[in-house]
Amino acid sequence: MTQTSVSSVYLASTEGGAGMHSVAASGVFSATWLVIGLPLLGAAVLLLGGRRTNRFGHWLGTLFALGSFAVAAALFAAMLGESGADRSIDQHLWNWVAVGDFQAEIGLHLDQLSMVFVLLITGVGSLIHIYSIGYMEHDENRRRFFAYLNLFLASMLLLVLANNYLLLYVGWEGVGLASYLLIGFWQHKPSAATAAKKAFIMNRVGDFGLAVAIFLMFTAFGTFSFDEVLGGSAAASDGTMTAIGLMLLLAACGKSAQFPLQAWLGDAMEGPTPVSALIHAATMVTAGVYLITRSAEIFNASPDAQLVVTIVGAITVLFGAIVGCAKDDIKKALAASTMSQIGYMILAAGLGPIGYAFAIMHLVTHGFFKAGLFLGAGSVMHGMNDEVDMRRYGGLRKYMPVTFVTFGLGYLAIIGFPLLSGFFSKDKIIEAAFAKGGTTGYVLGSVTLVAAALTAYYMTRVMLMTFFGRERWKEAPVGAPADWHEPHPHESPVSMTLPMIVLAFGSVFAGGLFVLNDAFVNWLTPVTGFSHGELPFSVWVVTGMATAMVALGVAVAYVQYARREVPAVAPQGSLVTVAARKDLYQDSINEGLVMRPGQYLTRLLVWLDGRGIDGFVGGLAAFIGGTSSRVRKVQTGFVRSYALSMFGGTAVVVAATLMARMA
Amino acid sequence: MNPANYLFLSALLFTIGAAGVLLRRNAIVVFMCVELMLNATNLAFVTFARMHGNYDGQIIAFFTMVVAAAEVVVGLSIIIAIFRSRRTASVDDANLMKW
Amino acid sequence: MNGDFPWLTVMAALPFVGGLVVAALPAGKRVLAKNTALAVTLAELVLAIIVTVKFSPDGDRFQFTESYAWIKSFGVHWSLGVDGIGLVLILLTAALMPILVLASWHDADTPQVSASGEAPSGKAAPRSTHAFFALMLMVEAMVVVSFAATDIFVFYIFFEAMLIPMYFLIGGFGGAQRSYAAVKFLLYNLLGGLVMLAAVVALYVVTANHDLGGTGQGTFDLVRISQAVATGELDMNPTAEKAMFLGFMFAFAIKAPLWPFHTWLPDTMTEATPGVAVLVTAMVDKVGTFAMLRFCLEIFPDASKTFAPVIVTLAVIGIIYGALLAVGQTDIKRLIAYTSISHFGFIIMGIFAMTTQGHSGATLYMINHGFSTAALLLIAGFLISRRGSKTIADFGGVQKVAPVLAGTFLVAGLATLSLPGLAPFVSEFLVLVGTYSRYEAAGLFATVGIILAALYVLVLYQRTMTGPVKAGVEKIRDLNVRELVVVAPLMAVLLVLGVYPKPILDVVNPAVEETMSQVERTDPKPSNPIVPAAQPLAAETHGGSK
Repeated sequence: MTQTSVSSVYLASTEGGAGMHSVAASGVFSATWLVIGLPLLGAAVLLLGGRRTNRFGHWLGTLFALGSFAVAAALFAAMLGESGADRSIDQHLWNWVAVGDFQAEIGLHLDQLSMVFVLLITGVGSLIHIYSIGYMEHDENRRRFFAYLNLFLASMLLLVLANNYLLLYVGWEGVGLASYLLIGFWQHKPSAATAAKKAFIMNRVGDFGLAVAIFLMFTAFGTFSFDEVLGGSAAASDGTMTAIGLMLLLAACGKSAQFPLQAWLGDAMEGPTPVSALIHAATMVTAGVYLITRSAEIFNASPDAQLVVTIVGAITVLFGAIVGCAKDDIKKALAASTMSQIGYMILAAGLGPIGYAFAIMHLVTHGFFKAGLFLGAGSVMHGMNDEVDMRRYGGLRKYMPVTFVTFGLGYLAIIGFPLLSGFFSKDKIIEAAFAKGGTTGYVLGSVTLVAAALTAYYMTRVMLMTFFGRERWKEAPVGAPADWHEPHPHESPVSMTLPMIVLAFGSVFAGGLFVLNDAFVNWLTPVTGFSHGELPFSVWVVTGMATAMVALGVAVAYVQYARREVPAVAPQGSLVTVAARKDLYQDSINEGLVMRPGQYLTRLLVWLDGRGIDGFVGGLAAFIGGTSSRVRKVQTGFVRSYALSMFGGTAVVVAATLMARMA
Repeated sequence: MNPANYLFLSALLFTIGAAGVLLRRNAIVVFMCVELMLNATNLAFVTFARMHGNYDGQIIAFFTMVVAAAEVVVGLSIIIAIFRSRRTASVDDANLMKW
Repeated sequence: MNGDFPWLTVMAALPFVGGLVVAALPAGKRVLAKNTALAVTLAELVLAIIVTVKFSPDGDRFQFTESYAWIKSFGVHWSLGVDGIGLVLILLTAALMPILVLASWHDADTPQVSASGEAPSGKAAPRSTHAFFALMLMVEAMVVVSFAATDIFVFYIFFEAMLIPMYFLIGGFGGAQRSYAAVKFLLYNLLGGLVMLAAVVALYVVTANHDLGGTGQGTFDLVRISQAVATGELDMNPTAEKAMFLGFMFAFAIKAPLWPFHTWLPDTMTEATPGVAVLVTAMVDKVGTFAMLRFCLEIFPDASKTFAPVIVTLAVIGIIYGALLAVGQTDIKRLIAYTSISHFGFIIMGIFAMTTQGHSGATLYMINHGFSTAALLLIAGFLISRRGSKTIADFGGVQKVAPVLAGTFLVAGLATLSLPGLAPFVSEFLVLVGTYSRYEAAGLFATVGIILAALYVLVLYQRTMTGPVKAGVEKIRDLNVRELVVVAPLMAVLLVLGVYPKPILDVVNPAVEETMSQVERTDPKPSNPIVPAAQPLAAETHGGSK
């Protein structure tokens, strides 16, 4: 590696960071490609195998996911055995595109950061495969579903294991494709097909940013591999770094549903619930956080870009939280919560080295509890005839005890109940936000605190409306179809509850394990760098404030939804509620600003193409045709008129010649 | 004799022929007038050959005669064909050869 | 090195003779005609593979060269030879033809729709199948010669002669408006060709003035002329050079087609049978873009550089314009036609960006676009022939009744929107990077095209394939074996070239370097190349303690 010297200089001067010192893969690590290869093979077998694999397709898919997880675990064990710099491994597979200076390879880079992701993706991924065996049992296309899930795993793993931005881009769009296929899995529903299309196209807007970022890197550095770009980023001008940073942020906004590209996530809930859990909560939507953390050196070099990142994070934290408070659809409420939680992570990542590790830590704990919550929601829907309206739930804790307990633990984790996972990870982000210092620090800190209260509020609301209170599902809904019959809530099969239990354990203990001896931060420091921020006041003050805000949120929700009756039909609500229910008018805004003008432009161009360009050509043809049809009248058919014109013509020519002679 | 006089004669004949082509309706007469014009040019060619003292003009005159003979064959047969089908030899009655 | 066997002449002659044989087969023997055509195209593919294998990327620029005097008084030679760019395009042609023959298997068997749009009745003309496949083979022969010609006159002849079989293919088979489309196709391309003819003549005169052909004669020899241009032996008057460049470019821009000379393409592609539409976009049009790279840049490097910004601008307009119009179409084939206009914008932009990435990307783009459009159009054709309508609104829910058809259509669509991992992504990205490094704004605007591409492909997919099954759609059958054989190789190529484009790039890159040196262009250098001793970051990340 030519970059070794750079990195070592760098490493010496900071506390970690720029972890692009890598060793070539050998031993166990030469199997790194298998992590991606197994699920990819699974997808290929299931897709090409067709109906022949219907019978065992779901088992095969799960097996490949578990195999991938096993390889990942082995890699993790091997990595624990290595020390410091040797934990960063490069595996070159083959040369991909080589044209002039443009050199792209298919190569993998495994370090502490990607390791975390690989474990999360394969771990949660495997659990969700298992869950889906039960959840999708009655779907005729179950095999295809598992094929897509495997395809997603492969793409997501490629995303986090790529060793250059172009290959990352492949994974980046690959997960977009898998997400498209899975959101639109029930294609026969127009709403699902529309949601899938919307997600893909909004993601493409983000992909535009990633593409341009790669252009910028190529024109600035002549390369886009991680080790060279991230090692050499200090050499570029501020403007370039800011531009690259902002373009990467645009990409992250698309993938992670951050403001202003957030509108697709709510609709993405049209997909089957395991998909929402895996892709739209635990893994894919966090890719933006990965991208920013991976590009730490670029953002470190550009405070302006970092500021924008924190602003986007802050807006989304509040945006998601506010929307989450008003949603009656359980999945959409959870989706809004996801958006808000990822806002936390993005905000933390924008803080620089004081926040990267915490962003990733929150990402992992969030992966556990949010996946658990979604699976719980799926379990509830499974027992409730696929009803998603929480106003049609109530008192379900008696009927689904396992779901209730696991969901409850996830709920406690997400609101930051002391000593559960979310408590540690979220608290660290709030601390880091205050530690940013200055007005910015106070603003960001306050935003995270307010959001913590809102989180507690909307999650308590979900909890109360679903598992407590009157059993509202027993009454026929207003305007019920004639064949309406009362649902019979029941607990889900083991294949579904087992993953929920595992995830509940994660939700409870992961955070505590991570902060023990600062294990998580120390693990990541060689890659992301780490620095302690200067808090303006004691740590305990922050913890106290955060806990107080959570208590406040829970209390308000309790008063509203436990002490009072939950109406079966949503009341009118205040202006804010109405706005939040409509996702703060995000769709209307997109429609007004982009879609409508775009449609008018398209219609105008279609008209112009026919009337304008083709019209010009057609007009020219018509002119020539018209002229000739007039001129041809001269051909009368009378011999003597022809003779006359011949004599006339001859006379003119002779006269002209004579005149020319004389002149 | 001054060769120029032959040229005047040629011009006169040509003019008569041209006037005949333009003014007469009977196809046969028109045809004869065309022949008259051709012969007028032949006369001019031969005269020029004499004036320039070489044979070029005479050679061209032979060509013209051959072409004229061929033209007479084709032209007369067309006229006869038209006369047979239409019972008329007036050029103003046939105007099918148009657009 | 390659022996003296005239490989390229044989490659040109085989489909030509094959076409004559097919045409001469007894009436009524339709199956025999089809089988013969298939055999000829397969034999041509074998020849193309042999030539590709024997081609050595590190060898001379033009290989398999052969030259026979043809019209001595004008110094015209039957000169053929391929460099890497021509070779891969010939390979594309040879690879697509058997697929097209198979895909068009029944297209000419049934009577064609009458001009008034009435359903066809009665029986097809007894030799219609023969004519169809014979004409296709003729086109193949002419396309091969166009890609291999190193004599400008020979190129011109075949560039123009291609219009004749194409005219009959478009006008004789396909939709109700086909004769309108055929005439439009012919007039547009003829106009371009005539302007080019003037430029060809002018070029001959210029070379004659410089005595390039010896003994006061001019020459049509591309290699000779480009050498003379490079060494300064042929220093053209700038005005004359510009005029001639525009003459050539006009013809190629119509053929390619470049905005605003594009309006013939949608009509042609909508009315022609799917096979012929592929023939037009995947091969015949590629002659236009290929010729820009081969003739415009090689012979008129200075004029090319002068006009590059204008042409890049037109190309970018074409990219966006084509994509927007595609979004607004209500007819499947017309939509695909507009996507092609957008894609041709990318190719032309890459060519005139004049960077190695742009050139290699554009060449690769020609290949990939050939395969992806073929896949999209042919599958759309299968779909349309089943439903008997090409209006998007008549479809819906096809995925439910014909999952394989829908799945392959989706893959083809994803290739069209340049999904990473599929072949077109590599070429599109190369073109964009190559353009961005020289013309930033153009690169940025063109990149917007990737968003629009997602829009038109997914809108098309959503409206036709998803949703509830519409009336009239429920009886659509899934792909049969013949159609699978058509689609499978296309899918395979799209996947393989997506992750391993190296074989093509290895052949193309040396040729691109030659072209780059001919136009005396070098790639822009990185503004901040990675230097071994980068400055460490500021020490601000050292924080205090909590």
